[in-house]
Amino acid sequence: MLELRIEGRSFGQPVLGEIFTTIRQGDRICLLGPSGIGKTTLLNAIAGLDHSLPDKTVPNRDKARVGYLFQEHRLLPWRTLRQNLAIVGADAADIDRVLDSVGLAGYADHLPDQLSLGMARRAALARCLVIQPDLLLLDEPFASLDPVRATELKHLILELLDRHPAMAMICVTHDARDATDLANRLWYLDGQPACLQWDAPVGSQGTVEGVVQTLRNLDQVV
Amino acid sequence: MTPGHGQPPIWSYWIVLPVVILAWAGLAEALDTSLLPAPLTVLAALSGEAANGELWYHLGATLGRVLIAFVLAMALGTAIGVAMGRSATTNALFDPLLVVLLNLPALVTIILMYVWFGLIEVAAVLAVVINKVPNVAVTVREGARSLEPKLEDMATVYRFTRWQRLREVWLPQLFPYLMAATRGGLALIWKIVLVVELLGRSSGVGFKLHLAFQVFDVATILAYSLAFIAIVQLIELALLQPLERRATRWRQPETAHA
Repeated sequence: MLELRIEGRSFGQPVLGEIFTTIRQGDRICLLGPSGIGKTTLLNAIAGLDHSLPDKTVPNRDKARVGYLFQEHRLLPWRTLRQNLAIVGADAADIDRVLDSVGLAGYADHLPDQLSLGMARRAALARCLVIQPDLLLLDEPFASLDPVRATELKHLILELLDRHPAMAMICVTHDARDATDLANRLWYLDGQPACLQWDAPVGSQGTVEGVVQTLRNLDQVV
Repeated sequence: MTPGHGQPPIWSYWIVLPVVILAWAGLAEALDTSLLPAPLTVLAALSGEAANGELWYHLGATLGRVLIAFVLAMALGTAIGVAMGRSATTNALFDPLLVVLLNLPALVTIILMYVWFGLIEVAAVLAVVINKVPNVAVTVREGARSLEPKLEDMATVYRFTRWQRLREVWLPQLFPYLMAATRGGLALIWKIVLVVELLGRSSGVGFKLHLAFQVFDVATILAYSLAFIAIVQLIELALLQPLERRATRWRQPETAHA
């Protein structure tokens, strides 16, 4: 579906090295790696937000709709949830349905800053979903949520993935448990500059164990 | 003593201004000269001008010039300011010009415009616009520089159109800067328009002040000044403050769901 061709980029010193891979329909990729290695940089590159990269990095990106759940909600603070969803092209019926599906029925006319962190993140997830994305990018969706809220959100995402089997997902995390819960494919980003050290389906011989072991060595496992 | 932050309480106006008027009345009484007319004399001059229609005619002429110059200066200054804030090349191109224009006395522009284009309306308005555009551009440039890049990225991902980006992302962030430019703009434009009228027009408050000055008619000068202050305050209260309240409503703290 989406081809990814990063031929190394520099940010003072290079962050990302050579990364050639393909994202297919139905891929549920967890992108793992130590903090500060460039996981968000890679997501931005895929989303087309890295202007230092040439346009051919993702040659057919313009054909794919991309929903991006940033670490912050990045909703327009001066617009209600309803308006925020309408701006990206949702019609009235879709807005209510999607807000309902993320557990925010009745909050359509609230401003983003009137919501708690977890609710605002679910609202931002709703915005990803109303555009019916081909590719869903999640940047540490469970970070700074308490364990109960994090589990709720994880179940919500699993439910959404079930409902949209063709949608591809890339989820940045540094929790190996998220990987085993959500993913059918693992990327492990590491090195200087960072490259995909692993790009393998979950369940292939030794992959999960290998990732978990590596992360444990890096003291990243929660 | 607490340092004076923000708006002073409203009652301060009801004490300070009457005291000033009383002092003025006392002084006028004591000096008894036509060069310092008593407040009631000024009021009489004001109602006289209002009754014979002169006041409205000249205020209207001035208001019209202010309005046209203001709209042109805001539009031009905002466009230049945004372009400068978003592009280093544009900034490099326009910044030296701004430095020159910001330090050019208003009077020089006015005289040059009249000399080059003649004593015509276009020259008058152009002189005011040239004086005001650099201020607007500098203020709006600050706003354009402080636009939140995270929202820019969001707008890129969700494929906002150019118009949506302008209206939904940029305008709300630029609003405080546009308000500052508007406030400063009106104050400055009023004053420059009066000078423009004094030097080369045959209508407007500036022209009227010129006539009164020639015969040392201080009562008329003060009468027009008062009318002027009243109009500026009216615009502030009836136009600017409601606009500001409306546009910053989303900032109002409401009950948060924590």
